[in-house]
Amino acid sequence: MNTLLNASLKQLSSHLANKKISSTELTTEFLNRIHELNSQYNAFITVNEEMSLAQAKTADTLLASGRASPLTGIPIAQKDIFCAKGWLTTCGSKMLSNFVSPYDAGVIERFNLIGAVNIGKTNMDEFAMGSSNETSFYGVVRNPWDPLAVPGGSSGGAASAVAARLAPAATGTDTGGSIRQPAALCGISGIKPTYGLVSRYGMIAFASSLDQAGPMAKSAEDLALLLNVMVGFDFRDSTSLQRDAEDYTLDLSKPLDGVRIGLPKEYFAEGMSKDVEAAIETALDEYRKLGAQTVEISLPNTPLSIPVYYVLAPAEASSNLSRFDGVRYGYRAESYSDLGDMYRKTRAQGFGPEVKRRILIGTYVLSHGYYDAYYIKAQKLRRLIAQDFADAYKHCDIIMGPTTPTVAFNLGEKSNDPIQMYLSDIYTSAANLTGLPAMSIPVGFGDKHRPVGLHIIGNYFREAQMLNVAHQYQQATDWHQQSPL
Amino acid sequence: MTLTVTDVKRIADLAYIEIDHGEAEAVLTQLTGIFNLIETMQSIDTSSVDPMSHAQSVTQRLRDDEVTETNQRESCQAIAPQVEAGLYLVPKVIE
Repeated sequence: MNTLLNASLKQLSSHLANKKISSTELTTEFLNRIHELNSQYNAFITVNEEMSLAQAKTADTLLASGRASPLTGIPIAQKDIFCAKGWLTTCGSKMLSNFVSPYDAGVIERFNLIGAVNIGKTNMDEFAMGSSNETSFYGVVRNPWDPLAVPGGSSGGAASAVAARLAPAATGTDTGGSIRQPAALCGISGIKPTYGLVSRYGMIAFASSLDQAGPMAKSAEDLALLLNVMVGFDFRDSTSLQRDAEDYTLDLSKPLDGVRIGLPKEYFAEGMSKDVEAAIETALDEYRKLGAQTVEISLPNTPLSIPVYYVLAPAEASSNLSRFDGVRYGYRAESYSDLGDMYRKTRAQGFGPEVKRRILIGTYVLSHGYYDAYYIKAQKLRRLIAQDFADAYKHCDIIMGPTTPTVAFNLGEKSNDPIQMYLSDIYTSAANLTGLPAMSIPVGFGDKHRPVGLHIIGNYFREAQMLNVAHQYQQATDWHQQSPL
Repeated sequence: MTLTVTDVKRIADLAYIEIDHGEAEAVLTQLTGIFNLIETMQSIDTSSVDPMSHAQSVTQRLRDDEVTETNQRESCQAIAPQVEAGLYLVPKVIE
């Protein structure tokens, strides 16, 4: 079993193709593991053996008939933000604690189409609002490297599940760093593709102009295989991009000679802790050995990305979350006097404190008299931030820095201080504001032997190059193969 | 900008979230801190910058005006808090 747990998706795929193991056996192994260990990590909100095994059976039929594709039969943990038909889909909230989805999200459909197995729905910050997975209605998730540490968020359950080897791979979503930050804190790899590449249909909306789904797994090679399934046009998502299909594995083995890595001086400054800096510098040395060059660049508007993000994301959230009113689905307050009271009580009881806080911020910045001063101002600054990156890419091919300023903090350490929590998104939120693709890969350990993530930001649609850059590092080092078990 | 408890209650009312006085006071402290952070935006001159609403400058797609969705009323209403005769039930708004 141990070799299966640590196997790459390519290896699992080849075992399935060669009949060394069936999807039913593989799925059963991971389900058993979840049963044994989920109480320690709380990485899954819902596990449904019957539905997972039914999918595995279908996959085995596909495999036997020779109609399989690379991820047919592979168990994938799905973030509980993706609607999946017949599955409880809570988005980490009491508001959706009884919501069994009547339909599949675009991402779920694409995995179903190739016969992948949904191994369960992973825990997350409520409505993806959080950086520590502590805002989930379903309890905190533990970081497998250290039970006292947060796993990061909002895709904390996904990161914890992959790190603890409860699933070979997972999906996540990223609005301000929600794939990359938990990937970094749990020592795994994760990528947020260019905005518009992965369908948002059926992915419960937080901030629509920033939300983007992506895969989380052990290695860049695994991510490439997962992206091949996840990326694609969906007419039901108004911002889905129509592009020719791309094979993200094609460039993985390209040498890195001459690749110019831009290092933003604003990222290598005050704010990054010493232990993170040491691991990042060692990783950059490795890149120089691999033939890449590093050049200093500047992203002068970096400090603005947090305030801009915390205007735009709550504004969009306050609008998106107005649909939760207790009328058509989800939670409804038990007692109320009239319709307005039903709305008010339902929303007061159904949402947790962080979600309410963001709805209130968003409502305020969109309200009469403040729209120009906050919302329009933030949108103007968003353009300046995007311009910074456009200028920087004249001097480099790819940008690197730390994913997070520190290694995983302790559970409870920041949960009462929203501003401290928000500031931990300093390096990640710009990629959402600009729509650029960005990823995190493990590059060592910092204080208390907690993982450090290297942040790789690419230019638009350069996912294949980013995965190449990550894969070459992972061929030369073994951080991505280390597990906390 | 200085927020007051009255502002917080007004915003909560706009957002249809019931809030009592104690909660409003606690939220006020947090929102004040967050808005102090947000205020740092005002130090940058953006008079000559156009707002950027979206990460990709794409135009809205149009499609033919055809029925594309099939009727899902039953499966959608199966998960509703209260339905009767194919209708969603809410408290009476017109006497």
